[in-house]
Amino acid sequence: MSYEPGAQKIKLPETEEGTVLFNVDPIIIKHHYEIDYIHSYAQDSPFFAGLTKKKLLGSQCTQCNYKFATPRSHCMECGAKTEWFELPLEGKIHTWTTCYFGSEEFLKETPFTLILVEFEGVNTLFLSRLVGVEPGKAKIGMRVKAQFLRNCKFKPTDVYFVPA
Amino acid sequence: MVSGGITKFAKAHPDMDFRYMVKQAFDYAMNDVPNLTRDMIDGSVASYFSDHFTRQLKAASMVQDYLGLCPKPSKRIEGGGATGGLCFQAAWEAIASGRMNVCVAFGFETMSRVSTWKGNEFIAHASDTNFDYPVGGFYTGYYAMMVRRHMHEFGTTVEQMAMVSIKNHGNALYNPYAQSPMKLTIEDVRNSPMVADPLTMLDICTMSDGAAVCILASEEMAARLTDKPVKIIGIGAGTDSMRMADRPHGKVILLPHESESDYKNLKYPGVHSFRGGRMAAKQAYEMAGITNPLEELDFVELHDAYTSSEIQTYEDLGLCKYGEGGPFIEAGHSTLTGKIPVNPSGGLLACGHPVGATGLMQAVFAFWQLQGTIQKHLGNDHLQIKNARRGLIHSHAGTGTYITVSILEAV
Ligand SMILES: [Zn+2]
Repeated sequence: MSYEPGAQKIKLPETEEGTVLFNVDPIIIKHHYEIDYIHSYAQDSPFFAGLTKKKLLGSQCTQCNYKFATPRSHCMECGAKTEWFELPLEGKIHTWTTCYFGSEEFLKETPFTLILVEFEGVNTLFLSRLVGVEPGKAKIGMRVKAQFLRNCKFKPTDVYFVPA
Repeated sequence: MVSGGITKFAKAHPDMDFRYMVKQAFDYAMNDVPNLTRDMIDGSVASYFSDHFTRQLKAASMVQDYLGLCPKPSKRIEGGGATGGLCFQAAWEAIASGRMNVCVAFGFETMSRVSTWKGNEFIAHASDTNFDYPVGGFYTGYYAMMVRRHMHEFGTTVEQMAMVSIKNHGNALYNPYAQSPMKLTIEDVRNSPMVADPLTMLDICTMSDGAAVCILASEEMAARLTDKPVKIIGIGAGTDSMRMADRPHGKVILLPHESESDYKNLKYPGVHSFRGGRMAAKQAYEMAGITNPLEELDFVELHDAYTSSEIQTYEDLGLCKYGEGGPFIEAGHSTLTGKIPVNPSGGLLACGHPVGATGLMQAVFAFWQLQGTIQKHLGNDHLQIKNARRGLIHSHAGTGTYITVSILEAV
């Protein structure tokens, strides 16, 4: 392109924004990215509605009677429709861990204890947090009972377990 | 398989983007088979796990053009931690179906672009984001719960887990491609920071940048390209439910050398074992005609993202019975001089785990082992298994949701 004398100079508006620079050889900059999703719980919605009523809803197969401790509107064993049933609010620890580190979102909550809960007569397990037991002091077989947040956040953490 | 290349696994490669990392491994692989020219390549399959880490959708297209492979066919394979193993099998499918005579499988991951804990958050999004992630999504936590149950069922100990860490970090001392070669003791492993009880920092693999390339060819083409091709004689894959809470408590899928009476009181897989790994092994053994894997394999490169998963995987692969994984490492069976060396390369624990590259890296190491060219490619022959005829590679995703097993044989 040739320089045209008299061509008008066009300026973009100047801003106060800059770039965070970590290094120059190679050039390493900070790149920001975030997003809000419009997220539907869809067919699993009744489970979250149940939490607001202090109920734990599992899925029972209408054909083979398999009982899932987590929402699943069709049976993983036979493919038939399931219906909701109320899980007992007491169970025992199938396995556990205390997390001293975690994903960035949960780092501020460490240490926290994760458990898989086993319910009498139910075929699968339920993932939750154990509260009220010292880090590292949970035990397989320990009896636990469900407690619910007073103000629901419509998250699986609206329910948590404490020693029974 | 006719060639392979690896770009060193490292904490970060800020001097190379993912295209350049793959290019380095690709050029290495091409230089190793001078008879192969780029025009003879029919297409490629790409392996990388996370668009979050890459911050770039369709990143594989950028590699395809960087390598000069346009307009040949290509596609991306994604399957969490098993992405590399699945990609390897996709390349095999392209050849076995007759669609291609030469297919390039390339894989990479660039995990250094976020902090370790943000990286863990990305990876945790490979668990159910409605029911698992929000409870405290953390993969090390999930595997910790799995091994806690393994310890309960079978008496596996943290010391046995530490022995896996010692073995794999020790093997890596002789592997220049590895990120974390280390000479360790049981005390070192147990005294390193606790991450998720009972897994410590040294029970867990690291995040890495790296790339790997495998070049696969039809038998006829392979004979024209190299006098040391390696044959892929067994392919298998398996799956399990995304939420590990949903896993059944049923019966063991038996291998030929096992019987139902071995597992009378065992509820399977529960959360202590990887049913998908057993399924993958069973299929690959059937295809390869293997009935006793311990006797009929010379080495294994398996997905040891955690020391615990190596022990669990010995059992899934039938190197020992369910419950015997702990004593298996304790007896030294999986060391370099044991009955069946496992992870002679150093595995994920010591090589690092740039997800999309990992499964292909295992294939490259297995290829070099079977060619007998470890000295040439690593600069020393310490890790060369004498007269290695058959090797198994195993790739594994999120708590066992996708698992592949491929068996390679020297020609
Ligand atoms: Zn059913």
